[in-house]
Amino acid sequence: MLDITALEPVAAPVRRSALRRAVRHWTFIAPAAALGLLVAFSIFPSYFAGLFGNGDPRACDLGSSADGAAPGHPFGFDVQGCDVWANVVFGARSSIVVGLVATVIGVAIAIVLGTLAGYFGGVADQVVSRLTEVFLGFPFLLGAIVVLNSVGDRSPLSVSVVLGVFGWPLTARLVRSSVRSVRGLDYVVAATTMGLTTRRIITRHVLPNALSPVLILATISIGAVIVAESSLTYLGVGLQAPAISWGLQIAAGSRHFQTAPHILIWPSVFLAVTVLAVIMLGEALRAALDPKNAA
Amino acid sequence: MTGATSNAAQPTPPPGPAAAPGPLVQVRALGVEFDVDGQNHTAVRSASFEIGQGEVVAVVGESGSGKTVTALAMLGLLPGNAKVTGQIEFEGRDLLALSERELRAVRGRRVGMVFQDPVAALDPVFSVGYQLDEVVKLAEPGMTARRRRQRAIDLLSLVEIASPAKRLGDYPHQFSGGQAQRIAIAMMLANSPRLIIADEPTTALDVTVQAEVLDVLRAVRASSDSAILLITHNMGVVADLADRVVVMRAGDVVENQPVDALFTQPKAPYTRELLAAVPRIGARGGADSAPGPDVADPPVLGIHDLVVEYGGRLRKRVRAVDGVDLHVAPGEILGLVGESGSGKTTVGRAVLGLAPVTRGEVAVNGHDVTTLSRRGRQAVRRTVGVVFQNPATSLNPRFRVAQAVIEPLRVLGGLSRAEAAERARELLRSVGLDSRWDDRYPHELSGGQRQRVAIARAVALDPALLIADEPTSALDVSVQAQVLDVFRELQARLGFACLFISHDLAVVDALADRVAVMRDGRIVEQGGRAQVLAHPAEPYTQRLLASAPVPDPAVQRARGRARLALAGKTI
Repeated sequence: MLDITALEPVAAPVRRSALRRAVRHWTFIAPAAALGLLVAFSIFPSYFAGLFGNGDPRACDLGSSADGAAPGHPFGFDVQGCDVWANVVFGARSSIVVGLVATVIGVAIAIVLGTLAGYFGGVADQVVSRLTEVFLGFPFLLGAIVVLNSVGDRSPLSVSVVLGVFGWPLTARLVRSSVRSVRGLDYVVAATTMGLTTRRIITRHVLPNALSPVLILATISIGAVIVAESSLTYLGVGLQAPAISWGLQIAAGSRHFQTAPHILIWPSVFLAVTVLAVIMLGEALRAALDPKNAA
Repeated sequence: MTGATSNAAQPTPPPGPAAAPGPLVQVRALGVEFDVDGQNHTAVRSASFEIGQGEVVAVVGESGSGKTVTALAMLGLLPGNAKVTGQIEFEGRDLLALSERELRAVRGRRVGMVFQDPVAALDPVFSVGYQLDEVVKLAEPGMTARRRRQRAIDLLSLVEIASPAKRLGDYPHQFSGGQAQRIAIAMMLANSPRLIIADEPTTALDVTVQAEVLDVLRAVRASSDSAILLITHNMGVVADLADRVVVMRAGDVVENQPVDALFTQPKAPYTRELLAAVPRIGARGGADSAPGPDVADPPVLGIHDLVVEYGGRLRKRVRAVDGVDLHVAPGEILGLVGESGSGKTTVGRAVLGLAPVTRGEVAVNGHDVTTLSRRGRQAVRRTVGVVFQNPATSLNPRFRVAQAVIEPLRVLGGLSRAEAAERARELLRSVGLDSRWDDRYPHELSGGQRQRVAIARAVALDPALLIADEPTSALDVSVQAQVLDVFRELQARLGFACLFISHDLAVVDALADRVAVMRDGRIVEQGGRAQVLAHPAEPYTQRLLASAPVPDPAVQRARGRARLALAGKTI
């Protein structure tokens, strides 16, 4: 983008003011603040967990199993008698890492395959489309269980790679249809007939105009991935205790919902806030980058 | 809605007999504002006009003039963010004061509407007979099935559908666009409405088909005493059908006159401009300058026996282009005309290497693009510029205006950043865009401006050949005139050869040196502009010329009589 700003010095302020305007709006500030706080949680978990005096997620006392809020324990205790607040703070890291890494992997695969299928059509389209259908038809959980069972180490990274590799097909279909509709537009045909290289046409003319629906789906899928991690964990093939994640806590809490709902509710609230913040941020960014809003 | 609320308090008078004296519709000080994200946009400022009993009133104007909004306001079909003021009196009632329920009784029954896109107006999953039966049932609830069927047949024959009884079971896709539009008219007629609102009823249709639909509307008007409110931008259609013309511009009525007076003595300066901008066949006059292309000069574009077939193993093969021979000499503009489906666009795409060439040769500067390697084809493409029809998609929405022109210069022309910027500025100035537009995005430009940027981009690399596929068909007439001027100037200065594809004979007449007429994938006639358009040899060319409505009511009336007489003879 550097050469563009150099070419049109007059236009640069126009664009920046639009971005600044978008950044000042509450639809950007609120989710950015929420997300910033969650990222701070995952970087300095001990500091935030210790805010109420009981910062060790593994300092558990079975005597207070599933108790409600108490002084120094604002969110109460889980079944093992551990502090829920400390666990939620420590769980942020693995959940956010899984959500982001798996989504980035999935979207990257989807963009490459979807663009191949949508732009070139023909054989490439046939191969990619059939491959997509196979992956869609194949039960995702079964695949994940098989792979994760054969992988010895189940760290947040390996779990997110598996989630990403199994999570691309829907996004790839969206990329394919979006690319297809853009590639038939007159300005793309004009670029083709000018003799521009295929690579330039795809990167400058097709993808920038095809990816905004994909961006929205990707932000939504971050939340879906965090939830998927929790269902894998619930089935015993995701992260393993003593790892701490919202998925593990939700899985554990769901078994005691009738008697101790707070064990389920608190990590779920954090999950919901994360998902909402990412979606709102994605939408705000999309709007800010759309030239139609730059005027 | 101050006028509306005061009226709602009074008891609404009964519908009453239609023969009430005075005009059928009276629009008084109609104003429409749209609230878009807290900002008010005025679509109609203050429009007042009347429609007499059985009168055909045309509302003309360019896009954004408020003509369609006026019509939608009559039926209460405006979106929720619209604020309507003034009065629309129809059969003694103020339509703006009616409740949604009362309006429903007016819509369809008392006022019928014909839309622009005939294919979208019919439901594709039901047969035409079923759809007609449905509206007849609503219009006359007591009818028996047998009489309803008879009524449907009568309606279809009224709109001149051949052997209507046989076609009742057919589905919309089995009819052509013109037939579909006539069926839509038949459905609307089932209720015998007092007022017919026709919003651009022939804009989506070919000229020969347009003539049929206009004939049907004229017949409807003669056989019933329905009034017609015709909304259009086509002055030829106005001259053909209207009794009186209301000219709108930017939300105001600028002129309201009987049709003959409007065309002979337009009062408002805007009307005069509008009429002057309408291209007319024969206006350029003169004879064909060159006796023919110089044989010594090798043509820039030579097409020999070109055949293009679509489809493949699974579908039936369709021959879009069937043995076409064409050539364009250096510096020459060849107008390629034809109706939709004639294959004219496919010829253009074949030159660009975008259509599957089954047989034949397409040579650009002597290089046959059908046999070239990928690299060779890309080299040839750099000598060919292209301008497409749709201004909405002709430019990348994420490229600024200057960027769009700079890209080919930098990437393909090998110019430095400063040189490319300077050259782009020069090109944009030559299409009439000063430097204030350089940093604008396409959506901030009007359709005409966008097409001018597209032209600047197409000629940036100094092409030997320009392919222009209906570059002005989506534009308003005054804008079209400007774009054609720009185009003509550039062509004279840069001297590129041009394949100008269009359905509009008048535009081709204004621009081209030679004309080729296509029909069903073949060239039916080819020759000098004056010769083909003034003295066409082929019956099809003659029919095309006779169908295109001329912006002159006297001529259109004479033509209509001639067509009717001809039809009478053939039956």
